[in-house]
Amino acid sequence: MSTLTTVVAPARSPMRRLWYAAPVLVALVAWPWVADQYQTILLAYGLVMAIAALGFNLLLGYTGLLSFGHSAYFGVGAYAVAMMVKYLGVSSMELHLLGAVVASVLVTAIFGVACVRYTRIFFGILTMALSQVLWSLAFKFFWVTGGTDGLRVPTPTLLGVVTGKGDKIAFLAHAYYYYVLVLFLLCVAIMWVIVNSPFGRALQAIRDNETRAQFVGISIWRYRWIAFLLSGVFTGVAGALWVPLNGLTTPDILHWTFSGKIVFMAVLGGFRTFVGPIVGAVVYNYLESYAVGYTVYWQLFLGVILVVLVLSLPTGIVGTIERMLARRREAAPR
Amino acid sequence: MDIALIHVFNALLYASVLFLIAGGLSLIYGVMRIVNLAHGNLYAFGAYVSAWAIGYATATAAGGGTPAAPMWLLLALLPAGAVAAAAAGALLEPTLLRPFYRRAEEYQLLVTFGLLMIIDDVIRFLWGPYPLSASVVFENFGSLTVGETLYPTYNFVVIGVGALAAVFLWAFIYRTRFGVVLRATSQDMRMSAALGVNVNRVYVQAFTLGCFMAGLGGAIIVPSQSAVLGMGVDALILSFIVVVIGGLGSLEGALLGALIVGIVREVGITWFPEVELAVLYLMAAAVLLVRPAGLFGRA
Repeated sequence: MSTLTTVVAPARSPMRRLWYAAPVLVALVAWPWVADQYQTILLAYGLVMAIAALGFNLLLGYTGLLSFGHSAYFGVGAYAVAMMVKYLGVSSMELHLLGAVVASVLVTAIFGVACVRYTRIFFGILTMALSQVLWSLAFKFFWVTGGTDGLRVPTPTLLGVVTGKGDKIAFLAHAYYYYVLVLFLLCVAIMWVIVNSPFGRALQAIRDNETRAQFVGISIWRYRWIAFLLSGVFTGVAGALWVPLNGLTTPDILHWTFSGKIVFMAVLGGFRTFVGPIVGAVVYNYLESYAVGYTVYWQLFLGVILVVLVLSLPTGIVGTIERMLARRREAAPR
Repeated sequence: MDIALIHVFNALLYASVLFLIAGGLSLIYGVMRIVNLAHGNLYAFGAYVSAWAIGYATATAAGGGTPAAPMWLLLALLPAGAVAAAAAGALLEPTLLRPFYRRAEEYQLLVTFGLLMIIDDVIRFLWGPYPLSASVVFENFGSLTVGETLYPTYNFVVIGVGALAAVFLWAFIYRTRFGVVLRATSQDMRMSAALGVNVNRVYVQAFTLGCFMAGLGGAIIVPSQSAVLGMGVDALILSFIVVVIGGLGSLEGALLGALIVGIVREVGITWFPEVELAVLYLMAAAVLLVRPAGLFGRA
């Protein structure tokens, strides 16, 4: 792991960071008024994936565990919503989110007990194997899950008042976009508090040196398990928010290649930084959407990007920018 | 009784192909400590190359007026996929993987994941989205009667190739000079380098051999099942289960794991088809929990 610790984000005060974030926030709020409906929905997809990548990065970036099974928690969130619609007739988005949180807590708590005993490659394979269990169940029990046809999910009711009846696209591009944006900001804020809390520092200590952390008195197993749980719940919430956008949930989102996409996003943005996975998820979403529209060989395109990225820019977009800024700051006369 | 026998043959058939794929994966991990996520796609690549070569020979023979391509020619063309996968491996290791040995495992997984996506689309580009079949070889072998049921003769060829591959590989690794060097490098790369072993060359050879096995698996299965897009990812996951059960890096483990997975799959498809895959994944998870290094693995 020692090669991973070369670039550390320079410490700056939270206030100054917020100052940087303000223009981005204004742009995000103004986006539906400036851009057309397609662009707005595309960005909503990006923000949803950003929540998933943010959750994922609590494990990779802050705890040092590479999960290849986050599709499981994303899928659990999505299928929890779809099942609530199909079998309970619930249409309230808040109840959907609650259901997704409960479902992902249950699944991650059980999976976590098994997975956090291992690190490195065994952790990756175990998370992958467990996510594939869920995939094969969703795939085979078609009378419950719809099999490869998936389950259709109509537009939900937001806050008990706003419904998508009538123009579905306008609903997704406006009311639902803001709903996603608020939840995204909430998730970012919660994650920021988590990683900067004593708990978050303890996770980073475990990542950097497990033995030392143990000597300091950190109970490694329990901290990893809680990180696993939190990480899975964030991803589950992302899955629940993703379903109304897509209108359909299929076993594809449970397959391990979807986990690979989440890993890709975190690495693209830079998993050593807080905002890296967010940037990576949004950029990846654009890359994939345009590549799919442009060519049937979009996988080739993304694969080449991934290989070039790990070969030449292993710190990702944000890591590279931070390094360049740091270099300029050093070069500038004081 | 006949039915039971046929189940046994089917289980051995699965096990043979799985051993070839998973054995290659395990060999590569054992020597180089890299989990190659693109391994399944090299298997698919082998299947496509063999199906293409056989299809080409059949079509040329039909166009030239001869009634059919001679069987010996088709059989000689069948291993083309294995050779092609080995060539791809020999090309990929020095160019793409070598820069990653000194870096964290995360990056190795990511670069092979990128490779997986690339090979997927290269196959789609070369052979299109439709299945490619080489069933002429399968049909020419006809079938045998097992008791009172018919069973395709070709399946015995596959089982035979799998068994032969296991024997040859064992002899190669435990009875030749190259095998000694390979095992030494696998045990302690730095020490063998200090003793004058050209580690880079051993790595290329091991990776090529691993890819050859994957390609051979694809080549021998393609006459009975067509080559389809997505076959690589499915095979990768199954061979993961095999190596996790048997132990990453152990060839004996891969053989035992392939037999176990072959039997469970055959039993599962017959009696509990809905949870067949889930049972396999849970088995792998259970083995990881009880014996993280697998049944034959070294920690």
